[in-house]
Amino acid sequence: MKILVAVSKAPDTTAKITFKDNNTAFNEDGVQWIVNPYDEWYALVRAIELKEAAPDTIIHLVSVDDSGADVILRKALALGGDEAIRVNIKPTDSFSVASQLAAVAREGAYDLILTGKETIDFNDGAVPGMLAELLDIPCIPVATKLTVENGKAVVVKEIEGGEQTEEVAFPVLISCAKGMAKQRMAGIRNVIAARSKTIKVVEPVAVDRLTEAVSFELPAAKTGVKMIEAGQEAELARLLHEEAKVF
Amino acid sequence: MSILIYIDHADGQIKKSALEAISYGAALAKNLNTTAEAIVLGKVNEDLAGLGAYGLSAVHQAADEAFDKADAQALAKTVAGVAGTLSAEVVIFAANANGIALAPRVAVRLKAGLVSSAVALPDTHTEAGFTVKKVVFSGKAFAHVKINTPVKVITLTGNSYPAQKAAGTATVSQLDLHPDLSKVTITGVQKVEGEVPLTEAEIVVSGGRGLKGPENWNLITDLAHVLHGAVACSRPVADDGWRPHHEHVGQTGIQIAPNLYIAIGISGAIQHLGGVNRSKTIVVINKDPEAPFFKAADYGIIGDAFEVVPRLTEAIKAIKG
Ligand SMILES: Cc1cc2nc3c(=O)[nH]c(=O)nc-3n(C[C@H](O)[C@H](O)[C@H](O)COP(=O)(O)OP(=O)(O)OC[C@H]3O[C@@H](n4cnc5c(N)ncnc54)[C@H](O)[C@@H]3O)c2cc1C
Ligand SMILES: Nc1ncnc2c1ncn2[C@@H]1O[C@H](COP(=O)(O)O)[C@@H](O)[C@H]1O
Repeated sequence: MKILVAVSKAPDTTAKITFKDNNTAFNEDGVQWIVNPYDEWYALVRAIELKEAAPDTIIHLVSVDDSGADVILRKALALGGDEAIRVNIKPTDSFSVASQLAAVAREGAYDLILTGKETIDFNDGAVPGMLAELLDIPCIPVATKLTVENGKAVVVKEIEGGEQTEEVAFPVLISCAKGMAKQRMAGIRNVIAARSKTIKVVEPVAVDRLTEAVSFELPAAKTGVKMIEAGQEAELARLLHEEAKVF
Repeated sequence: MSILIYIDHADGQIKKSALEAISYGAALAKNLNTTAEAIVLGKVNEDLAGLGAYGLSAVHQAADEAFDKADAQALAKTVAGVAGTLSAEVVIFAANANGIALAPRVAVRLKAGLVSSAVALPDTHTEAGFTVKKVVFSGKAFAHVKINTPVKVITLTGNSYPAQKAAGTATVSQLDLHPDLSKVTITGVQKVEGEVPLTEAEIVVSGGRGLKGPENWNLITDLAHVLHGAVACSRPVADDGWRPHHEHVGQTGIQIAPNLYIAIGISGAIQHLGGVNRSKTIVVINKDPEAPFFKAADYGIIGDAFEVVPRLTEAIKAIKG
């Protein structure tokens, strides 16, 4: 089986979110970059687990980004995967990313494409569905379990108020969320081994820009917390009922 | 020209998030001087003409039961087809499990720009053109995203635009459409009975590691029950198996924006806050006065959850009568 895992670079989850140029751009100063958690913890690790169970599996990683993403790809390669591909263009909107990924996916004829549920910066959750549509293959988004049984993918995904099990033949695209795999760390040996793995750089295809973020804002700060003494829970209940009117 | 809203339903019932999407679409239609129409695929047990009360002028239904089991690829093809026939200018979905599956596919088919997780009506009169406010950085910020294409697709975040019911009826037409053969087969559905789905809940009661162990969760569930709310938890609580994964809220869990969020024994780490800070009212109960969560709260009690929460549950019960 041939697996493609799409990984993106994301700001560390503790990064202070600020904007610059009159709130038109994310201020990247001092931001630490990580592998987008959904891509690393769930998509990539599940791919590695599948390879451990079936060693002839081939795993390629792909990222659409400039050379700033190479460290992220190395980090991901240290966890596992045979080689990485970087499409040499700074990601803009979901459609352009999906279009670049589609070109890579067509080239490699993968059986299984794994992505994260969403990126933690733009939170679009749109690349998986777009990529699947561009490739004309099925997509199961926000999956929490994936096994391969009788040559088919058996997938559990979240639905409102529960979960659903689905079965699908390959090729298929699955976007991964919590539950999919157990988070792991790369050992020092793997970090060293990853240094000699290939990062193939490919040039982007031409794509129209369908959307663009024109400005950003931070949520309004809370005006101050009203503290209630322990023991005065009846007062809190009254405030919630009469002042906040939430029940 | 029109606004087309996809009506999501399960077990024959229209979801609350779909009603929000209809109200949102109807308000947008008004701003753009056009009509709001909806598409329903599959069987529903509700009065579709009655949806006119939410501002729809027409409902188009393809009632073939095969749609209820159809996969996103087949559904998207049908929705995009209908959007084309109606010359829909904007297509709107709820940003829920089905919306995430469908909207990107429909956008690709229509060559439309997509904004997911919108939290407000589009700004249609700015210099930039058509911009939509959406959540970014897991709730730590918002972006105004401009859509450059003639046809636009939007998914609406739950609980960010209220379903508004007035008077009116919609015309209902039946479409003779049938889905392509699905490549994905549903082999099982496991619903948690009697629970309010987290993404649709107006009130959420959430517990953290301060609860000490799963055996104490009745504190959380009892309070949730008197409030008819849903139950959530912090990430380590789900990681340790105290509670199921689907209850984990935060930056890497489910992001929610209920009217009331009660955080009990949760410290308020930045990754937790990201997923919940759009809640309209936040109550924090924590024994540590320095817990960062108090800074994001509207009401707070410093105290031992094991004493405070049962008293709060009783006090709310007393008010509810
Ligand atoms: C990449 C990344 C992503 C993450 N994503 C998420 C996420 O999506 N969601 C999330 O929740 N976390 C996430 N985390 C973890 C996060 O950083 C915190 O570790 C986590 O939120 C802490 O959970 P907690 O508040 O339940 O536990 P703790 O931090 O241990 O806090 C327990 C709290 O309970 C209080 N307490 C103890 N006993 C009592 C008592 N008897 N009565 C009242 N209060 C009491 C304590 O004072 C303390 O404030 C993420 C971390 C990383 C690195
Ligand atoms: N620049 C990128 N390069 C590679 N994969 C990406 C990129 N952006 C997004 N993805 C993949 O698509 C998923 C969903 O991203 P998004 O639609 O942006 O929320 C991510 O979890 C990644 O797996």
